[in-house]
Amino acid sequence: MIYLVLFLEFFKVGLFTFGGGYAMIPLIEEITIEYGWITESEFYDFIGVCESTPGPIAINMATYIGSTQGGILGSICATLGVVAPSFLIILLVAAILKNFTENKYFKAFLKGVKPVVIALIVSTGVILLAKCIGYQSRTSFDFDWRSTAIFSALALTYFLVQKFGKKKLPAVALILISAGLGIIVGMV
Amino acid sequence: MLLSLFWTFFKLGLFTFGGGYAMIANIRELVVDKKKWLDEDELMQVIAIAESTPGPIAINLATYVGYKKGRFLGSLLSTLGVVLPSLIIIFTISLFLDAFMSNVYVQYAFVGIKCAVAFLILKAGLNMFKKLPKKPLPLVCFGVVFAVMIVFELFAVEFSSIFLILIGGAIGIFVYALYKTDKTNKTDKTEKTDKGDLQK
Repeated sequence: MIYLVLFLEFFKVGLFTFGGGYAMIPLIEEITIEYGWITESEFYDFIGVCESTPGPIAINMATYIGSTQGGILGSICATLGVVAPSFLIILLVAAILKNFTENKYFKAFLKGVKPVVIALIVSTGVILLAKCIGYQSRTSFDFDWRSTAIFSALALTYFLVQKFGKKKLPAVALILISAGLGIIVGMV
Repeated sequence: MLLSLFWTFFKLGLFTFGGGYAMIANIRELVVDKKKWLDEDELMQVIAIAESTPGPIAINLATYVGYKKGRFLGSLLSTLGVVLPSLIIIFTISLFLDAFMSNVYVQYAFVGIKCAVAFLILKAGLNMFKKLPKKPLPLVCFGVVFAVMIVFELFAVEFSSIFLILIGGAIGIFVYALYKTDKTNKTDKTEKTDKGDLQK
């Protein structure tokens, strides 16, 4: 029953994600790989698509993975799954437990969760960067000069714009620039 | 009112690029300045709640504002409104993505996009790290989890991050309880014993 599995797995993701969309990426990656729904490469390609389309990343990922596994009904089930915990918890907080987020033990819980979530995001980023450069597994490394060049150019552009333009390039701009660089480097 | 909630959050879902935090700016403009559904203080309170409850921040904000303005139906319609644009757009894209990805130039482009995704995730993580209080306990938790994740990757260990998140929360509560019952002792000591527990 793929619809139920999609709903339940994304319900778990929604329930255990503290700290917004990026915190959800490692969790969604784990389940998609575990079930073999899409490959890791397709997963990160699609994050690129999510960054350049409107809407919360978590919803976009749920809709996409749901659609690849079960068409329109699959995408609805996965999306409902990821939204339901938020919806129910916020309703509870708004209607009954008005001061729940002020609770000392809950605050202590969040204090402990925070560094873990940040470590999950940073390690995901570091592993992804290592894979761009050419890391494949513990025993194999194949230097990828194209990706290394694109990543360096991107980071440089971002910091130059931040320093001299006093602006932060939005994610969409970075995606577009990187796509352009990818096409140029690919044709070399 | 209900229709207005749905429509407002539909627009927010449609025009917000880059996730929850980008939505906060848009919500301020639409919900606080234009519609005057919330004042600035209430918005701050709502953001604090959205950040401390699980789930996408955009959904938490929509549900909370919807409930305040239109009770259960309001929260349902606001949440539906913010989700629908994503659902429609991404579902449509998913139908054409395979055909799109078979184009060789698109494949080249995605070699680049993958680098941008690595950069964006790393940047988001490091920005959050900068704001983390530089005290021993959070830093050790961060360091241990980071090391564990890298080792898991290197040795292809499958382990759900959900457990790491829950262990972190349990340590937070444990340290708080110790601190509370043992106020006379130096807190540094309690933190040290706790680090030992985590590393086991």
